[in-house]
Amino acid sequence: MSTTEKRLSVEKGEALIQELLEAYPEKTRKLRAKHFEVATEETIESSKCSVKSNIKSRPGVMTVRGCAYAGSKGVVWGPIKDMVHISHGPVGCGQYSWGTRRNYQNGVLGVDAFGAMQITSDYQEKDIVFGGDKKLEQICREITEMFPLAKGISVQSECPVGLIGDDIEAVGKKMTKELSMPVVPVRCEGFRGVSQSLGHHIANDAIRDHVMGKGEIADSTPYDVCIIGDYNIGGDAWASRILLEKIGLRVIAQWTGDGTLNEVSIAHHSKLNLIHCYRSMNYICTTMEEQYGIPWMEYNFFGPSKTYESLRNIASRFDQTIQDNAERVIAEYKAEMDAVIAKYRPRLAGKKVMLLIGGLRSGHTIGAYEDLGMEIVATGFEFAHKEEYARTIKDLENGTILYDDPSAFDLEFLSKRLDIDLMGSGVKEKYVYHKMGIPFRQMHSWDYSGPYHGFDGFKVFARDMDMAINSPVWGLMKKTV
Amino acid sequence: MGKLRQIAFYGKGGIGKSTTSQNTLAQLASKFGQKIMIVGCDPKADSTRLILNTKAQQTVLHLAAERGTVEDLELEDVVGEGFGGIQCVESGGPEPGVGCAGRGIITSINFLEEQGAYEGLDFVSYDVLGDVVCGGFAMPIRENKAQEIYIVCSGEMMAMYAANNIARGILKYANSGGVRLGGLICNSRNTDREDELIMELARRLNTQMIHFVPRNNVVQHAELRKMTVAQYFPDHPQAKEYETLADKILHNDMLTIPTPIEMEELEDLLMEFGVIEDDETMIKRLEAKEARA
Repeated sequence: MSTTEKRLSVEKGEALIQELLEAYPEKTRKLRAKHFEVATEETIESSKCSVKSNIKSRPGVMTVRGCAYAGSKGVVWGPIKDMVHISHGPVGCGQYSWGTRRNYQNGVLGVDAFGAMQITSDYQEKDIVFGGDKKLEQICREITEMFPLAKGISVQSECPVGLIGDDIEAVGKKMTKELSMPVVPVRCEGFRGVSQSLGHHIANDAIRDHVMGKGEIADSTPYDVCIIGDYNIGGDAWASRILLEKIGLRVIAQWTGDGTLNEVSIAHHSKLNLIHCYRSMNYICTTMEEQYGIPWMEYNFFGPSKTYESLRNIASRFDQTIQDNAERVIAEYKAEMDAVIAKYRPRLAGKKVMLLIGGLRSGHTIGAYEDLGMEIVATGFEFAHKEEYARTIKDLENGTILYDDPSAFDLEFLSKRLDIDLMGSGVKEKYVYHKMGIPFRQMHSWDYSGPYHGFDGFKVFARDMDMAINSPVWGLMKKTV
Repeated sequence: MGKLRQIAFYGKGGIGKSTTSQNTLAQLASKFGQKIMIVGCDPKADSTRLILNTKAQQTVLHLAAERGTVEDLELEDVVGEGFGGIQCVESGGPEPGVGCAGRGIITSINFLEEQGAYEGLDFVSYDVLGDVVCGGFAMPIRENKAQEIYIVCSGEMMAMYAANNIARGILKYANSGGVRLGGLICNSRNTDREDELIMELARRLNTQMIHFVPRNNVVQHAELRKMTVAQYFPDHPQAKEYETLADKILHNDMLTIPTPIEMEELEDLLMEFGVIEDDETMIKRLEAKEARA
């Protein structure tokens, strides 16, 4: 595998993008051109990124984006473990979103944790013609009979519910009263918005309107914090929580990975909201800031460098004890982290990485790769907004290519021309890259592995990247693409 | 027996579509021996009341909902025979404000076609509710459905607006599906120069006023008894009017692609015939009225 040529110069990167765009018809080329950029010293310095984002995908481009339902049910609501989330509509959306997110949950399945189950209203033609509100009521009642320990229900709307105008808000209100627990209607019909991003926003708004501020806690401490925007993929939130607790903070809520309805309802008692995935939960953080005066800050627990930095930043918001604790915890783990780096860096240094992930990791994981001596040669997001691009560009090197909502063609073209050693993206891409003979890691689900957050996560991360790149299998296979 | 003719009656809500169509079809069956099926496409399910002498007992969609799916139904369950041997089916649909009535019409019509409900018939007539509000209500004018559309209207402004809008809908499907406009039926409201006005509108829409149905109370008297005039008072002159209309439809060879007109042109036409007045005239009239007061 070639690792001889490093990242391209800015000029060469720009020329490569021009060549890529030649494949498109004129109108599309003009519009798609705005979704690419090559990082320069100037843009890295100023954090000014002009990549266009969060706009409609070009027809026919086969975007890898998801829908609003995916953003609400799959990301924000789905991980809340003691609620039953109804995929409301025809069976397909529920079936194909079943068990795809790897949000680990403690608890007993079907008793007090329901995340690995899938409940759908399975709309039939008669439900479309006559409306499905009565059926929804019946499902809510059945849920309380089958799962008496369920603490609430969310109704995740699929497209047809919006098309025929079912009044799920009225059902939610009626059932909330009748069943004495929250039944939350979420208007996340898949046709709304340009990607799953609007689904996150709609889901945040539903939390705000139906759950936020409703719970109380017995005692309060000055060290109460919430983990916001960690979905516990492969145990991420657990690996993060342990560090926060070690530095003396009390995590009163995890949103929403391995989280409970109660945690969502008491979060307004937090002293500081710590947000990992900004894109999917910034809305509720700013809402809590406005309504309860709770400050929030972003952090990044990918790779030791960023984790050290984040722990220090978080500690700096508290007293000297916490700050001392943070230093002690960092010192405690440093030797172990150095050993991980010493083991894997020689095997991974100089390897060229390309990323396409949702709205956070294409930027947040850069530090972890760099701790292992790897280089990000191109990166970008499915559904990020301009804030994420501004945050990402400052972490890039001169000549790194940035793209927004790229097509399969864009990625394949760049991966070949940049002669990459590792592609990090989703399951839709995975097998194509395997056929191209390019090592691949699924960076949405951690490829059935994880956690990747925190110090515990980095050990797994480093091992997984090494395993992908240095597997002897690549020398044995014949490329078919 | 000739080829099956599929026709549909459209028009503004309350204009008398169901009344006109049932009275005409009753003549077509009883006087001309035509085998007819009426498919009611209104969730209220009142398109066949005058033929059946009662409100339809079962509708396709309610029965389908009761049994599970539309596949669980048999044709006999939903078809009723009424006056003149006319076969009657009501699509039915949801209560106002819930669900999707349009999807219901699509489901019902597909069911009837799949079950071979139209075999051996001379005419299938669709009676569609007031406005073509969504794709479902346009189902009867899509490909391989109704080929001839009759628009029921009167000399009132809103009825003519609606007629022009329906012509637009027909135009849209005329090229893709081959539907044609068969003519305007003027169901008289006794407004001034009504026949001339509708004839002129018909000319501009590239069609004909196929018949002028005068207003007569016998229609209401029959309706109160859940009957058509053909059944209630077969020798009444009004029955003759419907018979004439039936004869014209039976022999209608003027099937055209409509040329809907612009709003301005329609307003000018209405002004010309004194249905509405222009702003200046209205202001002068109001001023004169105030001066008198």
